[in-house]
Amino acid sequence: MAADSVTPPTDDPDFKLRSLQEAYDKAGAYKATDEELMALYEQMLLIRRFEEKAGQMYGLGLIGGFCHLYIGQEAVAVGLQSALAEGKDSVITGYRDHGHMLAYGIDPKVIMAELTGRQAGISKGKGGSMHMFSTEHAFYGGHGIVGAQVPLGAGLAFAHKYREDGGVCLAYFGDGAANQGQVYETFNMASLWQLPIIFVIENNQYAMGTSTARSSAETEFHRRGTAFRIPGMDVDGMDVLAVRGAIEIALDHVRGGGGPVLMELSTYRYRGHSMSDPAKYRTREEVQEMREKRDPIEAAKAELLKRGVDEEKLKELEKTIRSQVNEAADFAESSPEPEPSELYTDVLVENY
Amino acid sequence: MATAIKMPALSPTMEEGTLAKWLVKEGDSVSPGDILAEIETDKATMEFECIDEGTVGAITVPEGTENVKVGTVIAVLDGDASDVAGEAAEPEVKDVPGEGKDVGREADTDGAQPPETKPAKKERANDPEIAEGTSMTSVTVREALRDAMAEEMRADERVFVMGEEVAEYQGAYKVTQGLLDEFGPKRVIDTPITEYGFAGIGTGAAMGGLRPIVEFMTFNFAMQAIDHIINSAAKTNYMSGGQMRCPVVFRGPNGAASRVGAQHSQNYGPWYASVPGLVVIAPYDSRDAKGLLKAAIRSPDPVVFLENELMYGKSFDVPEVDDWVLPIGKARIVREGSDVTIVSYSIGVGFALEAAEKLAGEGIDAEVIDLRTLRPLDADTVLESLKKTNRLVVAEEGYPMCSIASEISAICMEQGFDYLDAPVLRVSDEDVPLPYAANLEKLALIDADRIVKAAKKVCYKD
Repeated sequence: MAADSVTPPTDDPDFKLRSLQEAYDKAGAYKATDEELMALYEQMLLIRRFEEKAGQMYGLGLIGGFCHLYIGQEAVAVGLQSALAEGKDSVITGYRDHGHMLAYGIDPKVIMAELTGRQAGISKGKGGSMHMFSTEHAFYGGHGIVGAQVPLGAGLAFAHKYREDGGVCLAYFGDGAANQGQVYETFNMASLWQLPIIFVIENNQYAMGTSTARSSAETEFHRRGTAFRIPGMDVDGMDVLAVRGAIEIALDHVRGGGGPVLMELSTYRYRGHSMSDPAKYRTREEVQEMREKRDPIEAAKAELLKRGVDEEKLKELEKTIRSQVNEAADFAESSPEPEPSELYTDVLVENY
Repeated sequence: MATAIKMPALSPTMEEGTLAKWLVKEGDSVSPGDILAEIETDKATMEFECIDEGTVGAITVPEGTENVKVGTVIAVLDGDASDVAGEAAEPEVKDVPGEGKDVGREADTDGAQPPETKPAKKERANDPEIAEGTSMTSVTVREALRDAMAEEMRADERVFVMGEEVAEYQGAYKVTQGLLDEFGPKRVIDTPITEYGFAGIGTGAAMGGLRPIVEFMTFNFAMQAIDHIINSAAKTNYMSGGQMRCPVVFRGPNGAASRVGAQHSQNYGPWYASVPGLVVIAPYDSRDAKGLLKAAIRSPDPVVFLENELMYGKSFDVPEVDDWVLPIGKARIVREGSDVTIVSYSIGVGFALEAAEKLAGEGIDAEVIDLRTLRPLDADTVLESLKKTNRLVVAEEGYPMCSIASEISAICMEQGFDYLDAPVLRVSDEDVPLPYAANLEKLALIDADRIVKAAKKVCYKD
């Protein structure tokens, strides 16, 4: 693409793969105001309670098929997306997508109603847990094939650049998807064409039941862009302010025309890969340790209390969120299934 | 308030399981996320987490119990068994259609048929009338395709073309010749040899509101990218309840070329035509190539546009009109006849016309139909012709198994049985990977003589 309008990375003598990491290390975590931190905490808590409720509803048979919960990883989506310009920047992810939608402020009711397969669901009940979209919010899914969202995200970034609309695409994928070939095909083209994209590897340590050490020759995933001259960033994904601090650096780089960035967010999923997970690939102690010592929500709560936020206020918030989630669950359970005629709609746009 | 803890369903198919082990005991305080028990199914042992906060009041199903049905009360929080005695021990699968509870739903025999709410079939538009006196220009299929792209790129800024060697090389088969000069590198983009990746980027760009034309050097290489064509481009609009438009065109040569061996010689028409969510077009001559490619680029749906390398250099008349656009989904009767119908598409149409000439010499008047669009398939035109001729042959440059010919045969049997005076015959390539040796390749591929033979057979004149 526009060979005359970009500087190919190979021509840039100052190119430094660690330049962003250095800038991030220097700048440190985001200096949030009390209000900002409170908002981040609220979003994370909403995701946590929503996902717990989804797990419960799955157990009751109200949600079918595959259901991948985001519990433990909340700081990643919340920290990153809080820095985006909603509607201008685009977001795309894989099948563990409930948290990313909630982090973009999409109504929990329509998300939960999609999980229960109802007409009021955000995909009219035709997508389910793994396939949810909101083009209104520039949230492009919700994709079920591991790694497919990476070139699709580069396509969204391509469209941002083509239209010169100033937007950046945030493309999430996991440590498992990071081994897919199409990811590297995309790295190559994204760097070659200097696309405005931030590749986000949510490293939750396990691809289903296979640990990164058992699946990946290079487990330092932020280095995986090196061969394509994409600068990498290694970020603590369990600390919402660290995540927010890092994305600010990455966004500056991309918006400034610097081309793609690869961020590795080290995080942890407390629950199974999906609902039917035997949990035999890791110890209960390991999970317990993460929950007790590294929980992003507890850490944010502790920070709020340290700053002198009234504990009653936090309890009140907890109550509000619980009732919001319960309301979403009631709505999702009581709203009707799609009309049979929906079977045939949305296959093609045009009637030929 | 007492809360019943019920045997959970831990997979989409689980109906019952063994309560292998309790990890809490009566009197324990529990909070959300605590592991309550281990549950075993035929597939795996799984941990069951607590959702609520409270104290374990009673454990109602002891560990080691087998065949515990999903929904059975296994413990009570903040109370004892009597507090939840009213709750059903059996799972409540009150499955009212329209009100949910789908997991584990028994096959509903009444509802097994699709609803009678299929959208009404639209009367398909015919080709535009060509005004008398309109002059015709003879152009190659290659030029017709290039002209279609150039015209649409002039008309719509969102249209761009990407693929291997489409820009500076001027197209591996010269289909994009001259486009780089006119539209520049922003809109005519050379990609690395990385079909999976650039098909995904093209698809994503379409989702992002552009109108990409993704050229595959041949459709054999699109096998690397078929995941994005099927899973990303074709299905996302449906899965998103109509939010995610994907107006992309995947185009390139398809089918056997000449002496290039099995990996470079296959017709993927039947593959793509089997997928709901795609439009599949396979034109034969220049007028259809141009008019249908323009329609494909304008379509809001993902289109697979199958060309043929052996046809690129052939010249045909194209009407000189301002905006030559043809309807998608409409077959064309390329030769009228009354004794037998020969249905074909793409390069097969040429063989069918050649066969019709030979048949005419033997007193058999053949009608030749060019399907042009493989999905949605214009069954009406085929059936109308069958009503007239009562005999039908399908000629297809492709494998016989699960082919477009198989589909046409099925349509004729299901919807045109009473009009058939003979079984529908399929004329296709041999059911082997295409060989390299000149003589073997010739033996493997469809030709006019085989079509003649089949046509005579259905006319009982062999």
